[in-house]
Amino acid sequence: MPLAAWLILAAGLFSIGLYGVASRRGAIGILLSVELMANAVNLIFIAFGRYRGDHLGQVFTLFAVALTVAEVAIGLALVILLHRVRRSDERVDEVRELHG
Amino acid sequence: MIDRIAFGIVAAALLLSALRVVTSKNLVHSVLWLGVTLASTAVAYLLLSAPFIASIQIMLYTGGIITLMLFGVMLTRRGEDLAIPNDTSEGGRALVLSLATFGLFTGAVVMTPLPLDAPSITVDTAELGRQILGPNLMAFEVLSVLLLAVMVGAIVIARRRDASVDHTAPGLRLDTDPSSEDGSAS
Repeated sequence: MPLAAWLILAAGLFSIGLYGVASRRGAIGILLSVELMANAVNLIFIAFGRYRGDHLGQVFTLFAVALTVAEVAIGLALVILLHRVRRSDERVDEVRELHG
Repeated sequence: MIDRIAFGIVAAALLLSALRVVTSKNLVHSVLWLGVTLASTAVAYLLLSAPFIASIQIMLYTGGIITLMLFGVMLTRRGEDLAIPNDTSEGGRALVLSLATFGLFTGAVVMTPLPLDAPSITVDTAELGRQILGPNLMAFEVLSVLLLAVMVGAIVIARRRDASVDHTAPGLRLDTDPSSEDGSAS
């Protein structure tokens, strides 16, 4: 397989995730789409590492995976806080609590 | 030949399930389709001869993150049925944005000379561990500090602020609605 095939596949995944981030209104829906984008980036790391012929891409992906899990934990904590304050997280574009 | 067929199957599974994640009307369906996407990515890692990352992907993503997301959905919705709405808006503009991004990436990939065939490597998980704890030890340690900060941060953000043990200044409190304090507070 040429490397370009993997990269275009990952670009497609990233674009689908971007569509989700731009079109979803609920916080969890946006978080799912961000997951898709992070997943596409991990795929690119692995593909480049494979075609370089060393383990550096896999090392980087392990770090990126840990960062993504941390991001999901913080994101879900924010969703739960949002739900407690506003009773709903279905319209995140209307959240104004952090406006000074 | 066989790897092209495998790539086609994996690519189709990835793209179709990802499309279902962003277009599904039911939030629970979106989360479950994301599980399909993440599992398909694990298969893609296997095709790229990264079996350790593939097993990490299964354990951490399809096991951990999907469970966490389902918990998040169930904790924040109070419907009797599972038809949890997941509205979309601005669909047209979002489509233009994502298609433009895809065109940009594809153009960059096509115009760049990239290797056509992967070099043959020996898959060695022990070498991966040596790489992490050897040349990349600093990043590993920074990551552990970050995980500690995330743990503390998630607890601070999501903890229930009782009136009796309120560590926040009154002007900074977010839950000014007194009705949010009663009910299920233990």
